[in-house]
Amino acid sequence: MPAMTMIQALNSALDVMLAKDPDVLVFGEDIGYFGGVFRVTEGLQKKHGQTRCFDSPIGEAGLVAAAIGMGAYGLRPVVEIQFADYIYPAYDQIVSEAARIRYRSAGEFHVPLTIRTPYGGGIYGGQTHSQSPEALFTHVTGLKTVIPSNPYDAKGLLISAIEDDDPVIFLEPKRLYNGPFDGHHDKAVTPWAKHKASEVPEGHYAVPLGKAATARAGSAVTVLTYGTMVHVAIAAAEETGIDAEVVDLRTLMPVDIDAIVRSVQKTGRCVVAHEATLTSGFGAELCALVQEHCFWHLEAPIQRVAGWDTPYPHAFEWDYFPGPKRLADGLKRALEN
Amino acid sequence: MSDPSVVEDGGVNATPAPNSTTLKKFYHDMLLIRRFEEKAGQLYGMGLIGGFCHLYIGQEAVVVGMQNALLPGDQIITAYRDHGHMLATGMDPKGVMAELTGRAAGYSKGKGGSMHMFSAETHFYGGHGIVGAQVPLGTGLAFANKYKENGAVTLAYMGEGAANQGQVYESFNMAKLWNLPVIYVVENNRYAMGTSVERASAQPDFYKRGESFNVPGVSVDGMDVEAVFEAGRKALEFVRGGNGPMILEMKTYRYRGHSMSDPAKYRTRDEVQSVRDRKDPIDQFGKKLVDRNLASEADLKVIDKEIRLVVNEAAEFAIEAPEPDASELYTDVLA
Ligand SMILES: Cc1ncc(C[n+]2csc(CCOP(=O)(O)OP(=O)(O)O)c2C)c(N)n1
Ligand SMILES: [Mg+2]
Repeated sequence: MPAMTMIQALNSALDVMLAKDPDVLVFGEDIGYFGGVFRVTEGLQKKHGQTRCFDSPIGEAGLVAAAIGMGAYGLRPVVEIQFADYIYPAYDQIVSEAARIRYRSAGEFHVPLTIRTPYGGGIYGGQTHSQSPEALFTHVTGLKTVIPSNPYDAKGLLISAIEDDDPVIFLEPKRLYNGPFDGHHDKAVTPWAKHKASEVPEGHYAVPLGKAATARAGSAVTVLTYGTMVHVAIAAAEETGIDAEVVDLRTLMPVDIDAIVRSVQKTGRCVVAHEATLTSGFGAELCALVQEHCFWHLEAPIQRVAGWDTPYPHAFEWDYFPGPKRLADGLKRALEN
Repeated sequence: MSDPSVVEDGGVNATPAPNSTTLKKFYHDMLLIRRFEEKAGQLYGMGLIGGFCHLYIGQEAVVVGMQNALLPGDQIITAYRDHGHMLATGMDPKGVMAELTGRAAGYSKGKGGSMHMFSAETHFYGGHGIVGAQVPLGTGLAFANKYKENGAVTLAYMGEGAANQGQVYESFNMAKLWNLPVIYVVENNRYAMGTSVERASAQPDFYKRGESFNVPGVSVDGMDVEAVFEAGRKALEFVRGGNGPMILEMKTYRYRGHSMSDPAKYRTRDEVQSVRDRKDPIDQFGKKLVDRNLASEADLKVIDKEIRLVVNEAAEFAIEAPEPDASELYTDVLA
């Protein structure tokens, strides 16, 4: 089995689906001839032709809306928004159309659309290239929201997203594209090749939506997280010696409530972690779910570790980014009582 | 509607024709941007600047020609390829460079970075990282000018790639409907990141993009600072005269990568080199100054030497200046 980076794994998923299903189309800004800013679509236009993989003009509102129309008419578009920070012009169409067409048409029409977009910090992107907008999508009924944390899952989840008959927001943690970054920005990142999740089958396989994975088994405290923060949480557990169980949610909506309950009931303690700003973040939903389902098992208040409630600053990347130190503090707080 | 191409030298509110001093200033202003950008590129290479950094090298004539045609009080708003625009408005190279290095002395206290700087003093309204977003904002600035009857004109710059955003056309319609004093300057440098004009634009003549809204447009050689100045002067007079918005398409070229990590696979080295050799705005204009006996080669060298000093000082300042205090993280989120 070849070792793949997350970029290669995503590329492979698109390649497999373009070959398998003639209704699959891949398009977006700079993704065809140029191969994409992060090279996720490199070589696809050459291999599958310009009618299947093509450049769009800059105009997120229009390109996403056109994809929704294509989807409602039986195609299976996969669009790239170059950075999640540029998705807002398309938000109206995502919320008011993509997410609602099935309900509004009483099931007669649906939109099998996948929107791929790199998100998150750690690349010195500053205010307009670092945001984590997942909660803006999990709050919208009629959408699925997926975030992989390694190459194997990235490919399997992307295939599931494309095959899914409903609109899926597929957020790619860009800091993980080339290696399992654990928040230690001053150390070199181990390449994916040294990680077992880089063993990615070349052909078709699916990782189901709506199923979490245990990224690290443990008994002292549960960490509910996703994306880059999975690796930060593992590092924090190793460095503090706290036997944390790290649950990688993989799909945020619909969230795997069974996996959450199983782990929290076992450990009795819970930390919720994400890069996105704290207030009204997806972590708030997780806290609510945990207290609804696990209240009598909890031995301490749930702790949240998240980005600060500010825009993503240019100069303070590593103060802003909730790295292993902040996570370690969260773990300790969760064990205090 | 009066025809913008026949505006003659006009009244008190008109930009004067250039003289030998202003022409030398054009040269100086363009070279300042060039040297500043070269230095920013070096600092980036040394790891002193992080993240995104879009250099303006090759396009200097556009912003310098336009800026020199403005009257005091006119406003400028642009996208993320903004260092040249800021220097042209008179912002301090030290403060700009210190923002690039993320220092407290930067124009946005280090929190904005290369793409996000502002200066009320020089009427520079940013520095916007979201492609196209500045265009309706500029339209709003122009609305305020009209409402306040202050006689000012807004320049809303955008790239030719940005010109495909829907909000640009909403802007054209509003600006014409409400007769706003705004000039939309499309800097057509032929590429939007890795995508050439032909691959993204059904109508590649951007000056025609206002036709259906009755917004007149003119195509300009954006590598010729005098041509830009002349076109700017006429357009400003037209717009300031209450005739509504205009579009200027500047045909220009970007020499460097889109940002600093550009694999440059979408065009050939020869293409870039041939533009540099034939059309470089600074070389061309320097030769003209010498040919017309407005400056000697030696004069030009002196200008360059002075600029290098200024730019080196800015770089030293930006390297030495302290980083912002972490307590600054929470300031300016809300009032
Ligand atoms: C809304 C939005 N979409 C996409 C991007 C990514 N992006 C940044 S610059 C750019 C190309 C813009 O090209 P152009 O307008 O021609 O300006 P130039 O870079 O040539 O100066 C793209 C696609 C962005 N910043 N914002
Ligand atoms: Mg361009």
